Amino acid sequence: MKKAFRKAFPHSIPVLAGYLSLGIAFGILLQKAGYNALWAFGISTTVFAGSGQMLLVDLLKQSSPLLQVALLTFLLNFRHFFYGLTMIPRYEGIQKRWKWYLIFGLTDETYAILSSTKPPEGAEPTRFYFALTFLNHCYWIAGGVIGVLVGALLPMDKTKGVDFAMTALFAVLVVEQWKNHKNHFPAWLGLGMAVLSLVIFGPENFLIPALVAISIILWLCRKPLEAEKEVEN
Amino acid sequence: MNFDFTALFIVLVMALVTMLTRFLPFFLFGGGGELPKWVRFLGKFLPPAVMSVLLVFCIRSVDFIGGSYGIPELLCIGVAIGLHAWKRNTLLSIGVSTVLYMLLVQLVFV
Repeated sequence: MKKAFRKAFPHSIPVLAGYLSLGIAFGILLQKAGYNALWAFGISTTVFAGSGQMLLVDLLKQSSPLLQVALLTFLLNFRHFFYGLTMIPRYEGIQKRWKWYLIFGLTDETYAILSSTKPPEGAEPTRFYFALTFLNHCYWIAGGVIGVLVGALLPMDKTKGVDFAMTALFAVLVVEQWKNHKNHFPAWLGLGMAVLSLVIFGPENFLIPALVAISIILWLCRKPLEAEKEVEN
Repeated sequence: MNFDFTALFIVLVMALVTMLTRFLPFFLFGGGGELPKWVRFLGKFLPPAVMSVLLVFCIRSVDFIGGSYGIPELLCIGVAIGLHAWKRNTLLSIGVSTVLYMLLVQLVFV
């Protein structure tokens, strides 16, 4: 197990940076909404979803009805359904006790790393996946708790804009995907459909139509796409 | 001070629904047997498209018609992408672009 953690750690460094900064941003917002470090710990441990938790701070402030919380969470995190779909072959045959945690921890970033990384030589895949997921989980929890402590020290106007860390993280992930794929049609299609859907449906509703449109168009273009060979890094 | 049960339930609902979105595909398609061909296909070509969508998702509420016209956001995304394409150092890309963004929205586009 120790070996798996040693092998997984270098792959987790990008997430360490992203989760600490985004986690701190979440912690600061949570603290400004009137919640302490214990809340940050509990939320980051059980929810473990970056953009979801940012939304959660708003929902907590408004004491939103639970049905609305459930609906918004489902729509926002529905993209995880697509991640899960693509990870089924990877996680096939893994023992239940590991698999449950791996699925629980399938965040945007964990997915991005796992879907673009093969378990290195000499590392047992299940333990490698577990180590990577668990490290990411720890970074995320630590970021949230640190954020609350930092938030207690900082005046609000000095931390304005720190939430851009999330945007920067996804910009980085776009570049990583770009470098990992020879065919850039899916990347452009994603951008085009997202912008189009945003213009048509607005910021609160654009995600699902964009994802559905992308899935359909990719499927229609499957013949030329499958003819292309993919590059590794 | 009373314990905030409303907040606790909001957190629990979000946690459970988030888990649902992650477990659902495994419950529906993970029962062994041959995986549908379309699932394997999407697994290969969806990730790059989804990353673009999520980047747009991050700036979904930016006002491009008024305010600062999305200039700080687009500028700093450009910096993050350019820097990452050049150096491929995640900490550097996120750090520089975020600090630049904070300076822009606190000092320039107030």
